[in-house]
Amino acid sequence: MPAVSMTVNGKAVTGDVEARTLLVQFLRENLRLTGTHVGCDTSQCGACVVHIDGIAAKSCTTLALQCEGAKVITIEGLADPNGPLHPMQEAFRENHGLQCGFCTPGMIMAALDIVRRRGNDLDEHTIREQLDGNICRCTGYHNIVKAIAAGAKAMAKGGARQAAE
Amino acid sequence: MSATGIGAAVRRKEDLRFITGKGKYTDDVVRPGETRAVFVRSPHAHAKINSIDGSAAKKMPGVVDVLTGKELATDKIGNLICGWMIHSKDGTPMKMAPHPALATDKVCHVGDAVAVVIAATQAQARDAAEKVKVDYQVLPAVVDPGRAKSGPQIHDVAPKNTIYEWSLGDAKAVDAAFAAAKHVTKLDIVNNRLVPNAIEPRVALAEYDAGTDQLTLWNTTQNPHVSRLVIAAFVGMAPEHKLRVIAPDVGGGFGSKIFIYPEEVVCLWAARKVGRPVKWTADRSESFVTDAHGRDHVTHAELALDANGKMLAMRVKTIANLGAYMSTFSSSVPTYLYATLLSGQYDIPQIYCEVDAVYTNTVPVDAYRGAGRPEATFVVERLVEVAARQMDIDPADLRKRNFIKSFPHQTPVIMAYDAGDYNASLKKALELADVKGFNKRKRDAARDGKLRGLGYSTYIEACGIAPSQAVGSLGCGLGLWESAEVRVNPTGSVEVLTGTHAHGQGHETTFAQLVSERLGIPFENVSIVHGDTDKVQFGMGTYGSRSGAVGMSAIVKALDKIEAKAKKVAAHMLEAAEGDIVFKDGKFTVAGTDKSAAWGDVSLNAYIAHKFAGQELEPGLKETSFYDPTNFTFPAGCHICEVEVDRDTGKTEIVNWTAVDDFGTIINPMIVEGQVHGGIAQGIGQALLEGAVYDKDGQLVTGSLMDYSMPHAHDLPSFQVGLTETKSPSNPLGIKGCGEAGAIAAPAAVINAITDAIGNEELAMPATAQTVWAALKRAQPRQAA
Repeated sequence: MPAVSMTVNGKAVTGDVEARTLLVQFLRENLRLTGTHVGCDTSQCGACVVHIDGIAAKSCTTLALQCEGAKVITIEGLADPNGPLHPMQEAFRENHGLQCGFCTPGMIMAALDIVRRRGNDLDEHTIREQLDGNICRCTGYHNIVKAIAAGAKAMAKGGARQAAE
Repeated sequence: MSATGIGAAVRRKEDLRFITGKGKYTDDVVRPGETRAVFVRSPHAHAKINSIDGSAAKKMPGVVDVLTGKELATDKIGNLICGWMIHSKDGTPMKMAPHPALATDKVCHVGDAVAVVIAATQAQARDAAEKVKVDYQVLPAVVDPGRAKSGPQIHDVAPKNTIYEWSLGDAKAVDAAFAAAKHVTKLDIVNNRLVPNAIEPRVALAEYDAGTDQLTLWNTTQNPHVSRLVIAAFVGMAPEHKLRVIAPDVGGGFGSKIFIYPEEVVCLWAARKVGRPVKWTADRSESFVTDAHGRDHVTHAELALDANGKMLAMRVKTIANLGAYMSTFSSSVPTYLYATLLSGQYDIPQIYCEVDAVYTNTVPVDAYRGAGRPEATFVVERLVEVAARQMDIDPADLRKRNFIKSFPHQTPVIMAYDAGDYNASLKKALELADVKGFNKRKRDAARDGKLRGLGYSTYIEACGIAPSQAVGSLGCGLGLWESAEVRVNPTGSVEVLTGTHAHGQGHETTFAQLVSERLGIPFENVSIVHGDTDKVQFGMGTYGSRSGAVGMSAIVKALDKIEAKAKKVAAHMLEAAEGDIVFKDGKFTVAGTDKSAAWGDVSLNAYIAHKFAGQELEPGLKETSFYDPTNFTFPAGCHICEVEVDRDTGKTEIVNWTAVDDFGTIINPMIVEGQVHGGIAQGIGQALLEGAVYDKDGQLVTGSLMDYSMPHAHDLPSFQVGLTETKSPSNPLGIKGCGEAGAIAAPAAVINAITDAIGNEELAMPATAQTVWAALKRAQPRQAA
């Protein structure tokens, strides 16, 4: 089996994978980073969204070998375990932007990519359109939209670490 | 109201783990030596199995075993069952066909499992599954419920594919009322088949400990104890005390994770057989063809009214498609969860409903958010809206004329409504939705070439499921009480073990709010424990908006006992009579004195037992309660949907949504609003986007998220949510339940709004742009009756 090396959440990691091993399998099974989820097999639901070199990607549709040398950030890497939450994480909690929590890691990672692309002042229409790649079955999106708008604002305010770095 | 007590919008305890990726879902659990299971599934809707050859698969790398239904039968693993007995009009019991976890002689739907491959890795199991050779003799299939009776017979036990022909109500009285009616509204309605699609796919992980002869199942279930009971007592996998079921974090359920499915049975059996843990994780394609679907009714409905719009009687005939096998509670959904709600919020003297349940070569159909009540509400609210339009009466006014105004109210279809104020929720909704300004908005929209429409849905549901004696008399094989154990630790912190299970509802927060308020202790000092049959006493689980009304009531009863016991301990500590002890805000005081003991001192004394002798008082502070409600609860409300339809494309945009609901007592308004939002989204999904489509051969055409249209953020509006309140008299907290309301109310509101906009009542769900456009082309000017 070929070996793959990448940086995940700031740590250098390496592992033997099959050519067909998906990034999400590498993260979940090899690295035991189980915050990234699999909700579908057709790249629709977005529960698996992570950042690869600063850009949101669906880890269920990315081969682990494609990420050779890449910097990958997962939900586990957003905030320092001993520090405060990332403002977008905090905004999801504050605005009740999650219920069962299964789509949440992907939602948060996708939300950060919306901020990266569209800035910190996001209107409802923009957020709804930009969330096309993520599905939530619990919340009806109402509070997710509120959370992303609030999280984006909070990131602008105070020294927030930009997720996709 | 304290900052964390009843009524406070407390932020959720469970969120920290979910937003940091630390949630623990079933697929996140890994056991030493774990193997992976991949099922071989039928590609045919209906076929005889001539042979299954797993020999090539067994030789594939990593393969541990290949197992079939023959071995399952040899090992005397029993069939899956439906636990609610329905009798036909002629008194005969429903025709429950055998449902083996792995099909042996024939397959009855696409996705029916015929074999399982166990291998070291998922990829190896998948590769080997493709090498299993199954020789099928394809049989003609039937998928349309309307044609099921004349289609090829699927099960020997069920001639004409008929499971039951059931009725409720007085047919003669209804006929007489119709004969005397001034106006009759008739509708043909299809309630579209839905795929639940919880975002977490189902997972089962089974482990066998040969040393203790103990089986453990980690499973995505809404009701671990019911699952254990069925798998032990009916499937016969293991004695109940030798089977542990654990439901860790579960990623949404909506009903689809209530049921006992073949995969968990097979994993348990295989784990014991191969001597290693066995895990199965569904991929989404599998979910589409194995998770129980929802709805799928074909209905003809009629409403009789007098000249003033007073409702006189309703007559409903429904064919309910239950799919290829009877799922766990499927029989109850189109009967006692459907016909019993046909009175809606209205005083209708006579109702008669016939329901024929049929087998087809499709995935089994069972409860999906609302379960029967959305179907009933759709029938009632469409009939009322259309009747109003035909009689040229304002739809809100026609509703008002017929609202039930005094309680208790006995409907002609079993239910005894105990409390409500339907006018109050309608009035508030009319204001919030600015219905007065609608005509101006309609004119403005028309200038832009858009058609505006307004639709109401004044729904009712029966929740707080359910009084055990009542459901027992209707055929339910279980009691539907709930249990709670409150454990006070020596340091005063508290664990509550609840028989309910949360999969998004936030019980860890709301239940802790109740305990914090009642005991006057910090919210942080309360933990809620659920989802493990080894930890928690028998409980019934979560569905039917029951966890607040029934589950929290059990906690209240246990807390009553805790308080009584703690007062005894305090009396010994304070050297006072028990009757003189007053408990308030976490402090025990001797009435009329300044002598007091803090909560933590009393809990410690309960355990060190230095102040009382064992003969007079047992040490410890732990109490259990099993609470059985006295009635269903009856949440009700009014949803108003305003749409704009593009005349040229038929595309519908929901421009305003107003929901005013009466859920009784609210524990956490933030969580309740979230439940309402989610329910409405699923209801709008049914009305505008979702629909499982089979072709005539029984292939599921909408078998992935590329083909089945789930609501996305850009498909939905923001929601305006308001509340009114009448307490439920049937439980100590006055709670009615909020989990299903949106899904029940929404479809009728949407379709009423679109039909108002386009002037054509014949509009199928999902009302896609194409469907609306076609209906618009067919539209004739509306006739007054």
